[in-house]
Parts: sequence; structure tokens; C-alpha cells
Amino acid sequence: MEKILYAVLVLAVMGAIFGGVLAVASKVFAVKTDERLPKLVEALPGANCGGCGFAGCQAYAQAVIDGKAEIGLCAAGGQEAAKKMSAVMGVEAVEVERKVAMVKCRGQNHLSKARYEGISDCRSAMFVTGNGPSACPSGCLGFGTCTTACKFDAIHVVNGVARVDADKCTGCFQCMEVCPKGIIIPVTYHTDIVIACSNHDRGANTRKVCDIGCVGCHLCEKQCEFDAIHVINNLATIDYSKCVSCGRCAAVCPRHLISDSNLRTDMDVVPAMQR
Amino acid sequence: MNTFITLFAISLNAILAENFILVKFLGICPFMGVSKKTDTAVGMGIAVIFVMALASAATWAVNEFLLVSLGLEYMQTVVFILVIAALVQFVEMFLQKAMPSLYQALGIYLPLITTNCAVLGVALLNVQNSYTFIEAVVYGITGGIGFTLAIVLFSSIRQRLEDCDCPKAFKGFPLALIAAGLLALSFMGFSGFRVF
Repeated sequence: MEKILYAVLVLAVMGAIFGGVLAVASKVFAVKTDERLPKLVEALPGANCGGCGFAGCQAYAQAVIDGKAEIGLCAAGGQEAAKKMSAVMGVEAVEVERKVAMVKCRGQNHLSKARYEGISDCRSAMFVTGNGPSACPSGCLGFGTCTTACKFDAIHVVNGVARVDADKCTGCFQCMEVCPKGIIIPVTYHTDIVIACSNHDRGANTRKVCDIGCVGCHLCEKQCEFDAIHVINNLATIDYSKCVSCGRCAAVCPRHLISDSNLRTDMDVVPAMQR
Repeated sequence: MNTFITLFAISLNAILAENFILVKFLGICPFMGVSKKTDTAVGMGIAVIFVMALASAATWAVNEFLLVSLGLEYMQTVVFILVIAALVQFVEMFLQKAMPSLYQALGIYLPLITTNCAVLGVALLNVQNSYTFIEAVVYGITGGIGFTLAIVLFSSIRQRLEDCDCPKAFKGFPLALIAAGLLALSFMGFSGFRVF
């Protein structure tokens, strides 16, 4: 009888002591957290994509409170998140321009110079001599490293070339970070005129490896009235501060690689020549 | 000198020959759960070392001064659970206030370990082996190091398995379990390895 009593007493007393100590400790060691923090975190999409440059939504919210970051860096949340965050912080809302990713390559038929059978990952394929198994030095390899990196199911390899679904893209640019070719670029959402090639080789060489690559023929440059498109280093390049999206360059391009790629989600760009 | 050799023997035993995860099969849950990436595995390992050392010290004192003197040794399991849970909670609060950077590093792992069987195991084994206070603490620390070794090794294997081209049925957990089995098998090589 005595033993049972002892056992019960010991446990009860220990429980009471620990409970008391923890209760006191929670008061003594209470850490003051800014009450705006949970509200800010709630305003963010919670994808922890890292597009803002911080470790996650929580870290970004903390940085905003500490004054180390500005409102509006969250590409995934866009205008909506910026508006809510501004309300929480009590400042005027900022305008956020929506940016999406675009793959600067559409060469479904670019030649291969080697057969690659290693790990199905572009970064691994890059170890093939030169810049991977593709004969084009800047063509999409199509192993889908960007697809794996995307947390929003917005980039997929279609017919061997990665393609962004602009409506799903939140502009976190994780795909841009992982692409070993560096051919994914940010463009303004609903940009009509983009150049879907990154090949800086001379026209004759480009023509050999890809049936739609930019050959630097200057037709678009001559056609542009606004001085917005130039062939720089054998590749047509658009100056978006001048471009008015008139579409003339797209109409004259003999390779059909200037187009409203962001609006068109199907792959209906007809290869100039069938091999 | 003699105590030094004993401590060395205990350490070697805890890290290799009687590794908590791979030989005693204690603490398997975090071993499978937190071993997907090496950096989280390292974080978990350090948290376990920390908690096991603290738990060894605290439970040794409770056992020696409370349970033995009252003749209540049969209550070790329940009392140890209570002590460890309260201790981890307390340490977590203390760290959050006093050392925020350490809390950031260990914070998410600490509550996970509260009721981990490796931690309870070290407390009970200390009693079973009738270790002195110093021996108990050393056993706790080195047991934690053994845990860290196993989980870090395993996480690096798993990271490689991610990229391997294997039959679909084996992808993920099945392959991880097979790898864990092979790793445990290799640690069998240390059994019978004694310094005395």
C-alpha cells in the first residue's frame, strides 16, 4: 500500500513541479514577436519559392518588418500580395509589374552531336563535351531540370523544348536559376514580341544545327520604325523600352521565331524546313 | 587512466559497435523521416547529441537521488519520459530567448526529439549498465554522435538514390529501406569489436 502511495506521490509531485517550472519559464522566456509578422505571412502565397531572394515567406516577412526589404518583391503573390502587405504595414501600395519566365529557344529539330544516356537532367547532360549533347551551343536540352525546379507546374518540356505556361507562371524564376544554358529570361506578362532563340553563332553555323534559329539577317531591324530591334552579335535583340509591339518584325522574320509566344500556348510555330 | 580507457571504450561502443540506429534500431522514425537532405540530417543529428547529453545527465540524477532512494526503480520508464519531455520543452524556451541563432538551427528538430525512443533508450541503458554520472553523460554524447554518423551517411546515400535510374516500384521509400538494411549490415562488421 505504501509503495503505491509513494509511486503516485512521486509522479504527481514531479508533474506539478515540472508544470510549474514550464509555466514560469514560458512567462520569463517569452519572446516578443511582432504582431504584424503572422499577418504578413498570411498575405504571402506561402510557396516558399525563394523568388524574392529570401529563404522563404516567413524570412521575407521578417525582412519587411525589419526594413531590410521592400514590399512587392514577391512575384508569386503579385499585386494582390503587395496590396495586402502594404495595408498591414500601413504604407501606400506599390505597383508591381508582372513578370513571367520565357524560354529563349524553340528549336525542336536542332541537331544532336552526341547521344546522351546519363541521368535525365540538363545539368548532368552539360558534362558532355562542349555544352551538352545538342549541336546548338545555346539550345534547350529538354531534360526538364526546369520542370523539376518549378513549384507551380508552369514549365514543361513539349516536343523536346521547355515551354512556360505564362498563366501559371508566378515569376519566381527558379527555372532561370537552374537552367545550365541560361536561356530562360524574364519578360513582362503579355509581351507580344519575343525572340525565341539564344544562338549567337554566325548565321551559316546556326542554319546547320537548327531549322528555326536566328541567322542575323537584319530583316527585322530594317523593318522596325521605332529603332527597337537590333541584331547584336548575330542575334536579334529587342529593346523593350522602345518596342510598341506593332508586330512588323514578327511578320518579316524568315525563321518565324519572333512571335507572341506568351499568348500562344500551343506549339504552332512551323519549322521553316522539315528535315 | 583506467577511467579514461573505460570512457574510450564506452564512446567507441556507442558510436560504432552498438550504434543506436543501425545496431540497436532505436530512433528509426527520424532516421527515415529527416534523412532526405544532408543539411537537415546534420541539424537533426546535432539536436539529438544535445538532447541525449542533457537527458542522460538529468535522468541519471533523478534515478540516483529519487527513484533508487525510494525503491521505485520499476517506475523508470514513465518518470524518464516525464523528465525528458519537460526538459526539452524548457530548453526550447530557454534557447529561444537566450540564443536565438542556436534556436533557429535546432528549433524545428527539438520538439521532434521530445519523445524519441533513442533518447529514452539512452536514459534506460545508462541505468541498465549502471554507469557513473560521467560515464552516463559520455554515453549520451557519443550515442548522439553515433546517431548523427548514421543519419548523415544515410542521407548522402539517399541523395544519390534520388538520381539513380531504378525500377519504378523501388523508387523512394522501398529503395531507402533496402539501403538502410545494407548500411545496418555493414555496421554489423563492428560487432565483437571491444576495447577492454
